[in-house]
Amino acid sequence: MRTMSVADRTRSGVIAEFPDAAAGTAAKPAAFETRELSVFYGKKQALKGINLDIDKGEVTALIGPSGCGKSTYIRCLNRMNDPIPGCRIEGKVLLDGMDVYAADIDPVELRARVGMVFQKPNPFPKSVWENVAYGPRIHGLAATRAELNDIVERSLQRAALFDEVKDRLQEPGTSLSGGQQQRLCIARALAVDPDVILMDEPCSALDPIATAKIEELIDELSGNYTIVIVTHSMQQAARVSDMTAFFHLGDLVETGPTDTIFTTPRDERTEGYITGRFG
Amino acid sequence: MATSATSTRARVAATLKRRHRSEFLFRAFGLAAIALSLLALATLFIDIVWRARTAFVQTTITLEVFLDESIIDPEGKRDPAELRRSDTQTPIRAALRERFPEVTNQGQRRELYALLSGSAPFLLASRLVREPELIGQRIKVDLLASDDVDMLMKGHISRDLPPEQRQINDRQIGWVDAMVAAGEVRQPFNAGFFTRGDSRDPTTAGVLGAIVGSALTLLVTLALSFPLAIAAAVYLEEFAPDNRWTYLIEININNLAAVPSIVFGLLGLAVFLNFFGLPRSAPLVGGMVLSLMTLPVIIIAARAAIAAVPPSIREAAMGVGASPVQVVFHHVVPLALPGILTGTIIGMARALGETAPLLMIGMVAFIVDTPKGFTDAASVLPVQIFLWADSPERAFVERTAAATLVLLGFLVVMNATAVYLRRRFEVRY
Ligand SMILES: Nc1ncnc2c1ncn2[C@@H]1O[C@H](COP(=O)(O)OP(=O)(O)OP(=O)(O)O)[C@@H](O)[C@H]1O
Ligand SMILES: [Mg+2]
Repeated sequence: MRTMSVADRTRSGVIAEFPDAAAGTAAKPAAFETRELSVFYGKKQALKGINLDIDKGEVTALIGPSGCGKSTYIRCLNRMNDPIPGCRIEGKVLLDGMDVYAADIDPVELRARVGMVFQKPNPFPKSVWENVAYGPRIHGLAATRAELNDIVERSLQRAALFDEVKDRLQEPGTSLSGGQQQRLCIARALAVDPDVILMDEPCSALDPIATAKIEELIDELSGNYTIVIVTHSMQQAARVSDMTAFFHLGDLVETGPTDTIFTTPRDERTEGYITGRFG
Repeated sequence: MATSATSTRARVAATLKRRHRSEFLFRAFGLAAIALSLLALATLFIDIVWRARTAFVQTTITLEVFLDESIIDPEGKRDPAELRRSDTQTPIRAALRERFPEVTNQGQRRELYALLSGSAPFLLASRLVREPELIGQRIKVDLLASDDVDMLMKGHISRDLPPEQRQINDRQIGWVDAMVAAGEVRQPFNAGFFTRGDSRDPTTAGVLGAIVGSALTLLVTLALSFPLAIAAAVYLEEFAPDNRWTYLIEININNLAAVPSIVFGLLGLAVFLNFFGLPRSAPLVGGMVLSLMTLPVIIIAARAAIAAVPPSIREAAMGVGASPVQVVFHHVVPLALPGILTGTIIGMARALGETAPLLMIGMVAFIVDTPKGFTDAASVLPVQIFLWADSPERAFVERTAAATLVLLGFLVVMNATAVYLRRRFEVRY
């Protein structure tokens, strides 16, 4: 709340009361709007009143030192924090103007719209095909086996994995390399046709070549999908994202276009972090 | 700098010797412990096998019997029910007298008749039910010898004992020896041990009734405890709110696993028999009582297996929009299945060997017929062993050991199944 971009400041006050009216006035339509979002783990406050908009069809990078609440924030967007005992959420998270934490929202449906890719590749211990087909199957997205095959192939292609695994679709997903596993997880998320993909440090367990592949993939997916990515690599944030948000000790310190944040940060903490003076 | 480095190394070297010694001692202790337990196990096993070995053959005496129709089936109707009750004893005795015509004294004849098992006529009668065409013929029949002759042939009755201390007198031994010399005494495989139920007569006592009783009882136990335990474990591990009630239930489940099994028997007697009026000695009730005992064991194993499923798999499933129940039944339970199955089979193996609670609900009765359903009176293997071990006849000793061997065989099969299932369902992640 302390430091916000100009765009944010103009939006924030209004939207809490009139989300629909505000959507029209914004420069770009927001996929997610978070208003005064606070998260507590028991007595410990992990996020302190975050106001942040995530623009539709753009890649937003969340950066900040370890423990500042990036994962906590991103997991609020698809309610992955729900099952954590003692986790309490205050404030509002709006997806296309709809309150994600409203009583009538089914988190299962929400997570079909907002897919997630995790830090460590976590394919199911099933075949490559089964991994991708699982989501569409439980949501009943395919009426026939042929349709399901189609979805699997398309998802693998979009995740730039199809050519590498087309002969091993029946092999276990866990037998792929780390980078392939992570792209399999992306394909699995894409298979349910989400609007948003959340990625929590998707490359931290990968080597530079696999990382480059994932970054390329993010680039291709942006535009069609809204992507939120948590990363510890400044270069990665600079390379893949359109917008960047800098978190520090549970506060959102600064947010804005990636170029601006990296060239002319307003807050000295942001500058200190991206130039590597603390972190 | 250099001096401190060398002194550090010297100190490390000094402790090294002590560490190696303690490591050597620890290994030696471990090996000794394993050797000791293996030795104990081998002794036990060899002893049982040694005692049981003679139970797998049974002495028979071959006689030429004239199956006189006028005695066996005077009306010539060949009615199976009549044949089963027909007089086969008279022709058998006649055959014995024919074999030893020199025996004319009434008392000695009784001794002669005692060479054959009291069950021999019944076995012949049931053979005639199957093969009525034999009636009227003169055929060679293998007849079960009495348990005393059997014990003599197997060397369990010593000929050196003074006659008044053994069950079989010198004259009888003379007849047996004469028939052995003529090749009329044989020791074929004792198939009857596996195809007949319990009997007061050791020569015809078998374990089939107990095996079927055990199988029926365990089936009830499995059908009751496996689904209940999985449901309870899944609920406690995945869905139960984190409050005092859950805690209380968890503690009580852990305590139940340590309750002496006879307590469950008392409970079964009071609740299932006296209150609900279920039949006594029935596998249904036995299985219910045993599932009380195995439930906590399976629940504890299943909870441990479920808790060991990595959270990343749950997150992955949740992340694509699986509902909590889908997460559990599509991912968590399949991954926990090897552990759950292992726990189940350990619980079932315990139930298979359990005697005390079954005594309380009347499964200790003497039951000849093989049970045909869950509500028929039945015995189970460990109870059968207990009953035979209590019988005074010498011939029951080998049968007790043989039944124990059968029980051990079942345990080995169950454990092998556990290992197989674990391998089969194990997945890497
Ligand atoms: N399940 C939890 N229970 C209790 N505290 C938690 C839990 N998860 C996170 N926290 C705390 O909340 C704060 C924010 O954690 P979070 O994981 O969001 O940080 P992060 O920015 O993702 O860090 P990193 O870059 O290391 O992943 C930390 O202080 C952490 O200790
Ligand atoms: Mg994190």
